[in-house]
Amino acid sequence: MAKVTLTINGRPVQAEQGQTVLEAATAAGIYIPTLCAHPDLKPEGVCRICVVEVKGQRVLPTSCTLPVAEGMIVDTNTPNVRDARKIVVELLLANHPSDCLTCSRNQTCELQKLSQEVGIRQLPFEGARRRHESDVSSPSIIRNPEKCVLCQRCVRVCHQIQSVGCIFTSNRGWDTEIGPAFGQDLANTACVYCGQCVAHCPTGALETVNPSSAVWDDLRNPDKYVIVQTAPAVRAAIGEEFGLPPGTRVTGKMVAALRRMGFDKVFDTDFSADLTIVEEAHELVKRVSEGGKLPMITSCSPGWVNFIETFYPDLLGHLSSCKSPQQMFGAVAKTYYAQKLGIDPARMVVVSVMPCVAKKFECERPEMRSSGYKDVDYVLTTREAAGMMHEAGINLAELPDAEFDQPLGITTGAGVIFGATGGVMEAALRTAYEVITGKEVPSLDITAVRGMDGVKEATIDINGLPVKAAVAHGLANAREIMDRVRSGEADYTFIEVMACPGGCLGGGGQPYPTTPEIRKKRAEAIYAIDRDMVLRKSHENPAIQELYAEFLGEPLGHKSHELLHTHYTPKDAYEQDEDLEPASV
Amino acid sequence: MGLTDIEAKQTKLTAVDRSHVLICAGAACVASGAMEMEALMKAKISELGLTCEVSVFDTGCVGTCDLGPVVVVYPEGTFYVKVKPKDAEEIVTEHLLKGRVVERLLSRTPEEHTVPTIAEHPFFAKQQRIALRNLGVINPEDIQEYVALGGYSALAKALTMTQDEVIQMVLDSGLRGRGGAGFPTGRKWAFAKEVEADQKYVIINGDEGDPGAFMDRSILEGDPHSVIEGLAIAAYCIGATQGYAYVRAEYPLAIKRLQIAIDQAREFGLLGAGIFDKLDFDIEIRKGAGAFVCGEETALMHSIEGLRGEPRPKPPFPAVSGLWGKPTIINNVETLASVPVIVEHGPDWYSAFGTETSKGTKVFALAGNINNTGLIEVPFGTTLRDVVFEIGGGIPRGKAFKAAQTGGPSGGCIPASMLDISLDYESLQKAGSIVGSGGLIIMDEDTCMVDVARFFLEFTVDESCGQCTPCREGVKRMLEILTRITEGKGELADISKLEMLAGGISKTSLCQLGITAPNPVQSTLRYFRDEYIAHVVDKQCPAKVCRALIQYDIVPEHCTGCTLCAKHCPTNAIHGELKGVHTIDQEACIKCGECLARCRTDAVIKV
Repeated sequence: MAKVTLTINGRPVQAEQGQTVLEAATAAGIYIPTLCAHPDLKPEGVCRICVVEVKGQRVLPTSCTLPVAEGMIVDTNTPNVRDARKIVVELLLANHPSDCLTCSRNQTCELQKLSQEVGIRQLPFEGARRRHESDVSSPSIIRNPEKCVLCQRCVRVCHQIQSVGCIFTSNRGWDTEIGPAFGQDLANTACVYCGQCVAHCPTGALETVNPSSAVWDDLRNPDKYVIVQTAPAVRAAIGEEFGLPPGTRVTGKMVAALRRMGFDKVFDTDFSADLTIVEEAHELVKRVSEGGKLPMITSCSPGWVNFIETFYPDLLGHLSSCKSPQQMFGAVAKTYYAQKLGIDPARMVVVSVMPCVAKKFECERPEMRSSGYKDVDYVLTTREAAGMMHEAGINLAELPDAEFDQPLGITTGAGVIFGATGGVMEAALRTAYEVITGKEVPSLDITAVRGMDGVKEATIDINGLPVKAAVAHGLANAREIMDRVRSGEADYTFIEVMACPGGCLGGGGQPYPTTPEIRKKRAEAIYAIDRDMVLRKSHENPAIQELYAEFLGEPLGHKSHELLHTHYTPKDAYEQDEDLEPASV
Repeated sequence: MGLTDIEAKQTKLTAVDRSHVLICAGAACVASGAMEMEALMKAKISELGLTCEVSVFDTGCVGTCDLGPVVVVYPEGTFYVKVKPKDAEEIVTEHLLKGRVVERLLSRTPEEHTVPTIAEHPFFAKQQRIALRNLGVINPEDIQEYVALGGYSALAKALTMTQDEVIQMVLDSGLRGRGGAGFPTGRKWAFAKEVEADQKYVIINGDEGDPGAFMDRSILEGDPHSVIEGLAIAAYCIGATQGYAYVRAEYPLAIKRLQIAIDQAREFGLLGAGIFDKLDFDIEIRKGAGAFVCGEETALMHSIEGLRGEPRPKPPFPAVSGLWGKPTIINNVETLASVPVIVEHGPDWYSAFGTETSKGTKVFALAGNINNTGLIEVPFGTTLRDVVFEIGGGIPRGKAFKAAQTGGPSGGCIPASMLDISLDYESLQKAGSIVGSGGLIIMDEDTCMVDVARFFLEFTVDESCGQCTPCREGVKRMLEILTRITEGKGELADISKLEMLAGGISKTSLCQLGITAPNPVQSTLRYFRDEYIAHVVDKQCPAKVCRALIQYDIVPEHCTGCTLCAKHCPTNAIHGELKGVHTIDQEACIKCGECLARCRTDAVIKV
């Protein structure tokens, strides 16, 4: 790339041709406030906060869309620029409810931060305000259009990154709003509940359905036995909610905090991730050896399951029948563990702490009651769990490390890497190799499937059998692979798909903000945890071995089938849509 | 088929017609009954067996909209005005059959002299019709008439030249975009020509949206081939093979005639593969769904692509990355219609009209409080005074000229003190307004300038795409403040708020719609600040327009007690006996003005 030199605030700045002024300034350590810009998304230049003064231009262009040019003279801090920014923020605030103190985004709201940064002390342009009802139709996401600043980050992430496209801009001018087409409720759209819109929303216009008060009630109820499971990606991120830098590993502190909240047992979803791997690796081996449907595709990401049910119902036969680790945990907890403990599963409450928004929908699925009860009662996102800790006055960052409870807290490194894109693939291959060959896998680290490339491919030789693997994260990347599967172009054996960019560590329920940089840091933490584990293969987990010996029998056995496997149903994007042919599954 | 073949065919055809009757089919004439009149005329012609000697057809807007329906009979050019259906027969039996001019249907000067021919009408005397050259002259649905008047010879000529030579010609002519921004057309073409690409596009911008502006529609309706020819020349210059005509769906006649013209041009080998054995080029029409913002070029391209009609930040400019990411030039209808004449007569001929930096002519849509409303084309540099008082025939009912609003919702107001301003890009910009697409609304002393500003902002609020904060939120706030002021609820601080908002919006908006949206407020604040002050401080509307600030009263000395006002008052707010003095109950009065309109003795007054 050719280099250009421009001047920003009197300083010469080197930038690459094709970069924007915002990127060049940021790289040079010059801060420009933004709102609609997000490093995951193509810039639109609609909020007009990041305007700068460019010598020779009468108007103030937005630095997020302005390409750098040789000799360009930019000023980010003139009275002109400061006044203009202030007016833009004042205009946004004039049409925004001033209920910061009771808003779910209090202190994480980017509009609030902007208001402080540009120094708003009064609202001179108050007048009419747009009135909208909240959309509480979905089990995962709440839309509060009154708090929407129309930055379109949600729309862009839904279309560009996820290729779901269930929300749009509609109407125009003052009446512009963001939402599903034809004023539908979110629940009646193709929304897969990945929650990336929530993660990318700068304000409280999109939030998650938060069950924390119900969880508090159960924690206080002496008749309930409340256990908690924590997903792999949570330990690599929840520290951020307590001021720790992204990528800080806080497994032990998290366990301590949850225990202080009053959970009767603190368990680990890594345990059931290991269980998933054992089942799924055997399923793969069975499909390969018995001529089953290939490629087999992972099913642990509920946003992805919703996506394939809606957009590729004809390919549902490719989906592994394994439940997600969250649901396997619930099913095992309310059967095996309840028996072991000698308590009535009716008294048991299973709470999940998840990086995920779609998990809230998943636990409500009617199929997810194989224990005879709702297998998982409540799903808290990482943010919501941290919120409860704050409510309880628990500062996770300052706690001494604690250990998970046993036996559902005994895990391997294979379980933890579920939290990063490529992790399920890597964990499954570690086990599949040994199941097929009976020999130890030569290298535990299958680095070809790691990293943040949207689509990753690798061929792993297992005893002369080439296993062609593909990994996609972010649903637009998944769509790309699925189109090739549908057309028959792709000859993969096994595909891992995670709905969210970066995998679970970039989930819609993770701490604000999530950026490519932060995702990278969280991934490093997850792989470091794996590296430091003694056991790194799921089938070597002694608690899993005990579970099979005492209760399940064998992988893919009768009991497994009953508790750990599920089925899928083609979904219509919209209720009224009768045209979609039900696929044979 | 070559041009000479078409011309030969044409000569043969016209030789048989003794008279050509042109009936203006512009919107104003159609609305005043032109089509019924035409049907009756045709019936009479056929009844009298004149069909083989006389041809009758619709033409594009002649321009004299307040005189409609108008009929021009050639070869004499007899100019009949306000021709009602009942007059049709008389024109046929008297003029067409017996050759006697129907005097009573001729137009008259203020001194009551009849004006026998269209050429002698003062409305046309000071005009220089270049873009409008064929309007009211040819049948727009017949390509042969266009060719007979030299049509498509400019394209033929351009194709014998190099691309650079043609671009240089357009550059030298000084032609600038007539849609509003006034960017030099030749420069735009040169940019697009330089970009390497496997595909390039040219687009006709026919999404005319300024309230009151209808020159593009009139050209598309009255002379569609001139636009097609201009676009084909543009296509040749930049190396485009595909063109699109983006025309708003509210212009059904323009779309119909343009489609006929495209079909005919294809039939004659003037569109399609191998035009004059040199150019492959074709045009498709795309209809706009009526969003004002789709006249902005990037929004227009999004609309063609099937996306929401929203502008995007520039750069990249369309000449580099336009329709479907390919180099594209978008030219306004009027701009394109001027191109063939420039190529034909040369840049020097064209640039002889106009001023140093604003070359050529501009079409203005003259409207408002003026005697001759309609479409006019004058050289840049013509003064506002000449347009208002010479071409426009002055202000009706002896009222005083107060201001001229130019450039539509993006423009501003020029006060009476600046009547001698030269109408050109630079002078208008200096005065805080713009040429824009050529809207020219004349306002008399009974106009409230705060109300005018409010009107235009109402329009912009309606038409904002809603994408960017300042335009979506800010213009709405300005409208709220203006409404407050016209309702007598304004404060002095509101004026500085308006100024703050105007400054912020015009500096930070994403596209020209937002950037120019505060112009009507800024220019009225500049020239008519005292009116704003009167509204907010004295709670008075000097022009007596703002309802909340006026009241109707009856002057007892003038009231004859005729009861007319009381009879027509919709709220029964007027009381009084027959032949007794009437009074208005101010509580019940809704200030509709009906009493004032009804009173024959000037007893009702606004105070």
